[in-house]
Formats: sequence, C-alpha cells, structure tokens
Amino acid sequence: MKLYARRRRQSKFFLGLSYVAVAIGLGWLALILGTLFFNGFQGLSGAVFTQMTPPPGSGGGGLANAITGSLIMTALGIAIGTPVGLLAGTYMAEYGRYTKLTVLIRLINDILLSAPSIVIGLFIYQVMVVKMGHFSAIAGAMALAVIVLPVVVRATEDMLLLVPDSLREAASALGLARSIMIGKVAYRAARAGIITGVLLAIARISGETAPLLFTALNNQFFTTDLNQPMASLPTVIFQFAMSPYKEWQQLAWTGALLITLAVLALSITARALHNQGATK
Amino acid sequence: MWLYGLGSQLSPRDGAVAKNLAFGGGRAQQAEIRLASVLARFKFRDSAFRFLTLACAWAVLLLLGGVIVSLIMGALPSIRAFGASFYTSEAWNPVTGKFGALAPVYGTIVTSAIAMTIAVPSAFGIAIFLTELCPFWLRKPIGIAIELLAGIPSIIYGIWGLFVFAPFLQQHIQPQLIAFFANVPILSSLFAGPPYGIGVLTAGIILSIMVLPIVTSISRDVFETVPAVLKEAAFGVGCTTWEVVRSIIVPYTSGGLLGGVMLGLGRALGETMAVTFVIGNAHKIASSILAPGTTISATIANEFTEAVGGLYTSALIQLGLILFVVTFIVLAISRYMLMRLRVKGGL
Amino acid sequence: MTDLNSSAEQGDTPRPEAIRKLAGISKPHALSQTADNGNQGNTPDAEDSRGPQPAAEPGPLARMAKFNKLDHKVTIRNLNFYYDESQALKNISLPIYANKVTAFIGPSGCGKSTLLRVLNRMYDLYPKQRAEGEVLLDGVNILRREQDLNLLRARVGMVFQKPTPFPMSIRENIAFGIKLYHRLAKSELSGRVESALKQAALWDEVKDKLNTPGLSLSGGQQQRLCIARTVAIEPEVILLDEPCSALDPISTAKVEETFDELKKNYTIAIVTHNLQQAARVSDHTAFMYLGELIEFGNTALVFTTPSKEQTQNYITGRFG
Repeated sequence: MKLYARRRRQSKFFLGLSYVAVAIGLGWLALILGTLFFNGFQGLSGAVFTQMTPPPGSGGGGLANAITGSLIMTALGIAIGTPVGLLAGTYMAEYGRYTKLTVLIRLINDILLSAPSIVIGLFIYQVMVVKMGHFSAIAGAMALAVIVLPVVVRATEDMLLLVPDSLREAASALGLARSIMIGKVAYRAARAGIITGVLLAIARISGETAPLLFTALNNQFFTTDLNQPMASLPTVIFQFAMSPYKEWQQLAWTGALLITLAVLALSITARALHNQGATK
Repeated sequence: MWLYGLGSQLSPRDGAVAKNLAFGGGRAQQAEIRLASVLARFKFRDSAFRFLTLACAWAVLLLLGGVIVSLIMGALPSIRAFGASFYTSEAWNPVTGKFGALAPVYGTIVTSAIAMTIAVPSAFGIAIFLTELCPFWLRKPIGIAIELLAGIPSIIYGIWGLFVFAPFLQQHIQPQLIAFFANVPILSSLFAGPPYGIGVLTAGIILSIMVLPIVTSISRDVFETVPAVLKEAAFGVGCTTWEVVRSIIVPYTSGGLLGGVMLGLGRALGETMAVTFVIGNAHKIASSILAPGTTISATIANEFTEAVGGLYTSALIQLGLILFVVTFIVLAISRYMLMRLRVKGGL
Repeated sequence: MTDLNSSAEQGDTPRPEAIRKLAGISKPHALSQTADNGNQGNTPDAEDSRGPQPAAEPGPLARMAKFNKLDHKVTIRNLNFYYDESQALKNISLPIYANKVTAFIGPSGCGKSTLLRVLNRMYDLYPKQRAEGEVLLDGVNILRREQDLNLLRARVGMVFQKPTPFPMSIRENIAFGIKLYHRLAKSELSGRVESALKQAALWDEVKDKLNTPGLSLSGGQQQRLCIARTVAIEPEVILLDEPCSALDPISTAKVEETFDELKKNYTIAIVTHNLQQAARVSDHTAFMYLGELIEFGNTALVFTTPSKEQTQNYITGRFG
C-alpha cells in the first residue's frame, strides 16, 4: 500500500506539472496580447491611417504608406501564389493521386511550408532584385507568393482528398470531361476548405517581415509604383522599433496591433468557415 | 444522337450507313459536327487543364531547385574565398573582408537548444493535459488559444521581447541568476557578465514560446492516435494516469513525437524577426548565455541591405545556404517521421 | 434481320424528341440494328442462353418475331477484369438486350458491380485496374483504346448505390450535364429539366423548389434526382448499381416504378442484392458467383427453374 501511495503521489506530481505547462502557455498568450493591446491602442488615431511615416525624431505622422504597401503586396502575393498552388494541389489530388511524383511534391511542399522565410527573401533577391538592379514592390510580392504557394497547395490537396470519390464517379458517369468535373463539382465541394486555406495564407504573409527586408525594402513615401521600393507594416515596425525615437517606437506598437488584429480577424473567419464546412 | 459520334467512334461502314439513313442528311451532319466539336472541346480542355496542373505541380519542385541553385550561385564567391575556414572562423570583419560562420552558427544552435529545452516538456505537458486530463468542454477553447499563439506573427514576438520581456529579465531575473550561480563552478561562466536584458538566453526563451504551439499541436494529434483499448487495458491492470502516459502513450507515439519536435526545431533554427530584435547582434562567441550574440537569420536580416561589396553579400548568402540545408534536413526527418505515423495510425 | 416491321415498331417507341431532332432522323434504331447484324449469330453464349425465348411464348414464328425484337444493345465477350493482380471477372460473355431490364444478382464480391463499371469504363478513373476481352456497344468495342470516354459515358449513364447529388440546386444538378452538350434556349432547357424529373417520378415533389440545394432532399428523392440527372443527358443505356440499397421501402417502390417507364426509352442494367427486386423489375437475369457468370436467362425461368445448382442454392437462400 505504501508503494501504491508513492505511485499515486508521483502521478499527481507529473500531472500537476502539465497543469503548470498549460498555465504558462496561456500566460504567455495573455501577457503578449495584453501588453500589445495596451501599448498599441495608446497610439491609435485617425492620423495613423491618413498620414505618412514621419522622419526621425519628429512627432505625429502615421502609417498610411506602410498600410497601403502591405495591402498591395499581400494582395499581389495572394493573386500570384494562389492559382499556382490551387492547380498544383489539384494535380496531386486528382490527376496524380497515385503517382510517385505526388509523394515527392508533398514532401517538398511540406518542407517549403516550414522553410525559413528569410531564405525565401534571399532567393527572390538573387533572382529578381539583382536582375532588375533595384529593390521593388513586385519582388516583395513575389517573395510573399512563394510563401503562399505551399500553404495553398497543402490546403487544396487535403480538401480535394476529402471530396468523396462517389461524387467524382457520378460526374464522370454523366460524360463530363474530367476538367469540368473538377472545376464544377470537386472545387465546389471543397470550396470552404480551400478558402480557409487561402485566408490562413493571408494571415501568414500579412505578418511576414524577413522576406520583405531585401526585396521590397522600405519607403518613407507613399507609392503605388510596383517598380519602386515599397513600405510595409512589418518592415516599418522593424525599423521603428529598433530606433531610439519614442514616437517611432509608439508607431511600431500601433502597427503591431494593426497586424495582430488583422491576423486574428482572418483566423476567426477561417475557423468559422471551416466549422461551417464541417457541419454541412 | 450518340450514334452520330465522332467519325473515329464508328467504323467507316457505320458512318456511311448513318448518312444514307438520315432523313435530311444536312441536319444529321450538323448534329454530328456539333457533337464532335463538343467532344473535341472536352478533350482539349482536359489535356490543357491536366497540363496546366502538372506544370504547377512541377513549379513546386522547381521552386525548391531554384532556391538551392540561386543560393549556391550567390554563395560561390564566398565559398571560393574562404573554403572550409568559413566554418571554423569566428571572424566577421566587413572592413578587412574576413568572414567566418562560427559565431552565427553557434548562436543558432544555442538559442535553438534553449528553446527546445523549455518548449518540448511544456508542449508535452499541454498535450497530455488536452488529451487526458482536460474536461471535454475546455479542450476546444484551450486548443484555440494555443493555436492563436502559433498565429501571432513573429515580429510581434520581437517587439514584445524587446520592449517588455528583455527589460523585465534585465531587472528581475538576470541579476538573481548571476548572483545565484556566482559560486557554482561551471554554471557561473554560463550565467556571467552584466545583465543586458537582450542576449542569447532571451532569444532562446522567446523562441520557446513560438515553438511551443507547434510541438503542442502535433503532440496532441499524435496522442490522439493511441487506441483507446490500449489505454483502457493499462488502466485495467492498475496503472496510474502518469504511468499510462509514460509507459503506453509516449512509447506508442515516439516516432510522431520526434516528428513534432523536429518540426519545432526547424522553426527555431530558421526564425528570424523575433530573434533579431532581442539577440543583440554581436559577432562573438561568449561563454555566458546572458551575453549578446547572433544567429544566422539575425545576421542576414540585420546586415544584408547594408552589405557593400560582393564578398560581404556572398558570405551572408552562404550563411543562408547553410541555414537552408540544415533546416531542410531537420524538416525532412520530421516529415518522414510524421508520414510514417500517418500510414500507421491513419492520422 | 432489320425488317421494316421492327423498324416501324422501334420508331413508334417514343425516343425523346430532342434526340431525333438533333440526329435529324425518325428511326434512331435502324443503325444499331444494322450494326448488330454481324454479331448476333456468333455471340458465344447464344446457344446456352435461354433468355431470348421465353417458354411461355407459343409458336416458333412468334418466337422468331420476339427474338428479332431483342437486339443486343451491349454484347460482352470473353471479358476478364483485374484489380492489380487479382482477377475479378472470369471470361464473362453475355448480351444485354435493347429496351429491356437486365438484372445482375449474386453474393457480395461476385463481380456484378465490377461488371457494371466495365460497361461505362468507370474503372478507368483508377490505376492498376484493367479489362480484357470485348464489350460491344452497338457492335463497336468500347474497350478499345481510342474510345472517347466522355462520349461513352454520355451514352451509357450510371446511377450509384449512394445518392450523389452535386453541391448545387436541384435545377442545376440536372441542367448542368445538358448544358455542356447542348446549347439550348432557357425555355427549352427548363423543358428538358422538367421532362427528366417527370421520367424519374420526382417532378411533383420538387417542382416548387427547383432552386433549393439537391442535398436538402430526402434519400429517396436524392436517388431519383440522380436518375433524372442521368436521364437528362438522354443516354442509351442506364446502369444502376444497387440503386435502392440505401433507401427505405417506400422510396424503393417509387424508384422501381420509374423502371417500367424508363425501359421504353432506354436499355437498363441493374445490379441488386435484393432478389425480389430483380424478380419484380427485370426481364433477364444474370447470376454471378466468384467472378464467373453462372447462369443467364429470362428472369421468370431463372427464378422458377434454374438450370444450375448454385443458382438454385442462391435463390432459395442457401448461401450468399
């Protein structure tokens, strides 16, 4: 009985540690979000959305150019990365489901999915910035597209694999060309899941900094010229946070809050959509 | 109508018969042409679409090839200039043009080691809680919270680490650590020097928070593959919950757990922004983990745009190449372990 | 064999108007009969198939007349089928008669569903499945390489065990296939949708909610929607793979009622687990066992005086 008591104490002790781990994990989340909201909201005002980033040391100013830059490059990155990812995922789930090529691509894609994003930045620098001779928004967008690609490939393949074969057979049995079956039936059945994947991809790249540092660089001024360097929220946050100026640091906090809110909104939408798709 | 299929679908004799029999041959012919054009369009669409998807699938492979080739090309001048000494030298001097990878490689390894040491046990703990202990209604909210932690962009961790966490460590934790270990032989040098706040330890802790949700969610998924009968059998012979975890669940899922740990390690090795903010960017190997240091990714992020001269840039790209190769191997192992599990457990 | 009489009779059988309009002829079956001529005599199982001549039919002349009308819509010859290494069908030969219902019965795994999936080459969707031998549709081998699969599947429609409505509205479910093959005016299209739903005995139940999702219907309605969807493209042969196994008895009865109507226009092959159903709806029955065709013949004969012991055992419930 003594032994049993010891074993029970041991069990209680280790399981107690797992409660501690949960508390710590949730504690980090609360701490990070708490300080972020506290500091971020302090600087939130209309000027943030309407005024340009200020020069060093001067007060006022906003993040308008960085916000537009982020929106433009994110949209472009999604616009380039999504179709390619969608089609690649389609090949893997539909045409090449049983091929060795698909197994290989799945492995490579999963690796790209978690590959360091800074290396993607170096890659785009090598193939675009060096060739063009200057930093540009389009290079930044390409770097983001490279990050979007594996996310969409994975989501598309997974979701298409969930579409029952009976639906494919039923469409084929009507004499529909396979491409039409995929476009009109399989995509439609997998739509919620694929859109969820794209939303998560947007969430992922809206906070990406490393691949933009030496592709789109940064820009103090407002521009929509894709051939020019372009500001983005993450790079501005990086620059401002590392600076010694209080006003810049405050703007960095506000920018961080904006990104976090965007990411949270996207994740919640994605989750809601996913649940909706699951119950259907 | 199907009788009047494509010419090739009927034998020549049938085709002739069809035409002879048809009342108002013109209309029959028209119908045949219509059907033929529909089928031809299907065929064209099919092969075009198939080709398009295949090309995009190859694009994924080409992307990987492109990354590797472009990094090697970019790194060539540095590889030629320094050869093997790049890996053994601590020097990093843009003025004299001497570069060595030792300091950033060391920093990368140490920060990742700290991160994994903290994150892995915590992640297992949370996963055990979520699968074994947690009341059912609480599983989802806590799961979502942990996933939220994974969704926060790394730059948020960076700015939080720089302005909130590092000062806190500097004022409240590091002085105590230094004082506490001052007289312990080996540990005293590990926790030596002035409390900067930013440094290797801080970076490691921040990384551990970022790795935590990755390892947690994989461990949880993996734990859930353990068949209920196996656990019930163990409980049936009188095992405590902890004994079931230690002797049944963990051994049964060890491959998958390793996959999750490797996935987290891949993230820790390559993470850039959070580390760049708090590591201090010092190109030297200090014995103290409280001292500033640098990692591969932080070095590239900090210095790349300011790097003048081909050799400097090239050395940075070679650092990127090293990082990519190492994370590639780590992630490949991770995926392999998880893939085996998927085959085994139907995950 | 194609005498004027039978042609006229065939002409009287109302094929859907649109086909004839599109084809531009009034005797759509004339061709198939001509094409079939060469094959009928030497169908391998012709001598041991007792199907075409029901014993109840009096007089050799009447018998001949009956026989003449029974054209082989599909002729299966020496068909072997393999899943990877394992053989699922062994040397199957039998005809499927035009405008008749042919039932395939047998215990699970006997290959009856596999056989059905050969007839529209559904197996082509999967790797490592292959068929050898000949399947003649109107005298043309559909197993040959150059066969256009889309055309084949438009000619040979299929309804599956589980209802599989597409994730779209009821109307779209049916119009979808039609639109791909025909460019029709809107009114003409809704006419086609209506007629398809009527043929599947579903029109009265859904005519007021054509825009609701197909998935919102009950199981039995979904299955009839799938039948309507198949009928809408005006195939020549309809394959039914256990179409009622997921349905309740009332829905089953409703689906079965549609068969009588359908066989006026289509050739029907049905796989079923339910022997009563086979007896009720089919004209000919094929009993399969372990990938082999054990017996094929007139349904009444197969069920009352089977010639093989295995058939008798199965029908009387001694195995399977």
